[in-house]
Amino acid sequence: MLKEFRQSLLVSIWFVFLTFPLMVVRVNTTESIVEWRWMSLVWVAVASFFLSYLWRYMLARQQAKKKVEEEGVQQLSKAQLLLEDMTFRYKAMGVLLAFSLVFPWIFDTYQSTIMISALIYVVLGLGLNISVGLAGLLDLGYVAFFAVGAYSYALINHHFDFGFWACLPVGGVLGCLFGVILGFPILRLRGDYLAIVTLGFGMIIKVVLENWNEFSFGPSGIANIDRPGLFGIDMNIDGSTTYIYYIMVAMVVFTILITMRLRNSRIGRAWIALREDEIACVAMGIDMARTKLSAYALGAFWAGMVGVLFAAKTTFINPASFTFMESAIILSIVVLGGMGSILGVILGAFILILLPEYLRAFSEYRMLAFGAAMVLMMIFRPQGIISNIRQKYEYKGLKEEADNG
Amino acid sequence: MADKHKLLEVKGLTMDFGGLRAVDSVSLEVHEGEIAALIGPNGAGKTTFFNCVTGIYTPTKGDILLHPKGLATRRLNGLKPNKVTEMGLARTFQNIRLFPDMTVLENVMIGRHCRTKSGIFRSIIRSRGVREEEQQIVEDSYQLLVKVGLGEFANEFSKNLPYGAQRRLEIARAMATDPFLLLLDEPAAGMNPQETAELDQLICKISEEDRIAILLIEHDMKLVMNISNPIYVMEYGKKIAEGSPQEIKDNPKVIEAYLGEETDA
Ligand SMILES: Nc1ncnc2c1ncn2[C@@H]1O[C@H](COP(=O)(O)OP(=O)(O)OP(=O)(O)O)[C@@H](O)[C@H]1O
Ligand SMILES: [Mg+2]
Repeated sequence: MLKEFRQSLLVSIWFVFLTFPLMVVRVNTTESIVEWRWMSLVWVAVASFFLSYLWRYMLARQQAKKKVEEEGVQQLSKAQLLLEDMTFRYKAMGVLLAFSLVFPWIFDTYQSTIMISALIYVVLGLGLNISVGLAGLLDLGYVAFFAVGAYSYALINHHFDFGFWACLPVGGVLGCLFGVILGFPILRLRGDYLAIVTLGFGMIIKVVLENWNEFSFGPSGIANIDRPGLFGIDMNIDGSTTYIYYIMVAMVVFTILITMRLRNSRIGRAWIALREDEIACVAMGIDMARTKLSAYALGAFWAGMVGVLFAAKTTFINPASFTFMESAIILSIVVLGGMGSILGVILGAFILILLPEYLRAFSEYRMLAFGAAMVLMMIFRPQGIISNIRQKYEYKGLKEEADNG
Repeated sequence: MADKHKLLEVKGLTMDFGGLRAVDSVSLEVHEGEIAALIGPNGAGKTTFFNCVTGIYTPTKGDILLHPKGLATRRLNGLKPNKVTEMGLARTFQNIRLFPDMTVLENVMIGRHCRTKSGIFRSIIRSRGVREEEQQIVEDSYQLLVKVGLGEFANEFSKNLPYGAQRRLEIARAMATDPFLLLLDEPAAGMNPQETAELDQLICKISEEDRIAILLIEHDMKLVMNISNPIYVMEYGKKIAEGSPQEIKDNPKVIEAYLGEETDA
């Protein structure tokens, strides 16, 4: 403790020294005098001391925790124990679902719009979670699949006048197809190389959309895309937003359900094994090519589907919506939330999408805060908000074991 | 011994890494019901031999033939590791390769993957067949855990297991693939004498009860001499001797290469 105190003191003195010319001395050129702002010196000293102390304290705590874990004691926080409790989980889910159903009636259209984009990112996060979180295949170009879905609806709608519902599965299937197309060349790649190829893939899709004017109408994009129809009923903007909101809620529920089932299935286990140790995985008889391709394809499926909805919601799309920045945000959602954890990804999406919306006042510092949050997260909680919850199974010996223990 | 069914037949296996010949025309056979051992000093090429047989490396020269009982002979050269495993040949690793963030039970369940078949769509629908298969996987895996003495740890993360238990878990995971031949790479490495003795019994039990032939690499001479016959000895990539434990003990080449100081002490 004393050591940390001393070090923080040193840091603060050093900072005062460094910032002295900037923060304290000000030459007032109009009156030709030098102003001494001693108050700012105090501020710098106090702030740097406090931050440095906090930093050291957190690091020390982190170390202590690590040591405990290394000794084999697995500590589950209260929150985690609560999450493992099934009845609590069902209750919480019920409350959340009820809340999300009444949401558009409590809040105005603006709020619903924000919510829709947050939910879009929830689905994108859950999709990417399949390839990155479960199968451990880094994908820096995930937004490409989102673009595929959005453009497939926009183009089909523009040329053939097909509606939203007809195109929704088409978008998903096309996303899948592109997932497989990307998957094939990168079957043998790992780590950094995989990251670079997927990054390139994302770029290619964007560049193609920007430059192939005859096909995608270039940078000017496609406008007047139909909103989702409901038995041909005419809806005003508000009604339509509410309708899209409900579609989105349904889609999120659908995605959660299916990704949950996939994760707890034979396929999902193979994905996780692939993430954990590729060589052991193939040596245990798992077909690597098939497993990797299915992870990419299923991850891309959701991006394709939700892309269709995105196009229908905004009624206008152009390549600018599908930049690398989007891929980075979706990836951050997965990493921040906790790789592989469905609940974590949902939380991550809400935090990363809703917070900036509601903190519009600080919008200039958005990316700064974003970066800082990620760095801090990686240092203090590298496993994400929600870490891996272990799956429990029922087997015959279980009861006797409980009786003996 | 001659009338026993031959399961694995390796002829003149050679593996080059650039200019380094790690395995130099090694021939070896494993018969039904045998516990064969492959021994040799560090860097002799034993692990490389295993990696060639299990498809992790494609050998430079030689034949690896598998004769499953009642099925046609298959040449394993160049086959992918998962295909080799599917044909009934499972292995463990010298440097433990478990899936650390999966539970002990899940680790074994992965081994059942190639013997089960629910696909993506059926998993999503979770039909009755899938649920039954899933439950069967859990039960089978748990039984294997009990067999290797890890039943009580089923729901722990595998990374939290003690070292010796991790090695036994690797064996359980390999057995979950229903092999008829099990390759163990230094299963006793890092174990204390007590654990080694238990492993000794476990290996014999697997050989007798499950009728699985075993080929093991081991540095622990007591274990090898106790349970295995025949023994193959490698040095600098070459096979220098083969025979019963007694023959190996008396073989001057082996004593010179490897056992010398140890048996005298
Ligand atoms: N992938 C590889 N690339 C290049 N050289 C390799 C490779 N794998 C093994 N070798 C070399 O092949 C030789 C045999 O290694 P191997 O691991 O098979 O020995 P080993 O008999 O298993 O030894 P140990 O008892 O220490 O496990 C060593 O000289 C090693 O450096
Ligand atoms: Mg070795």
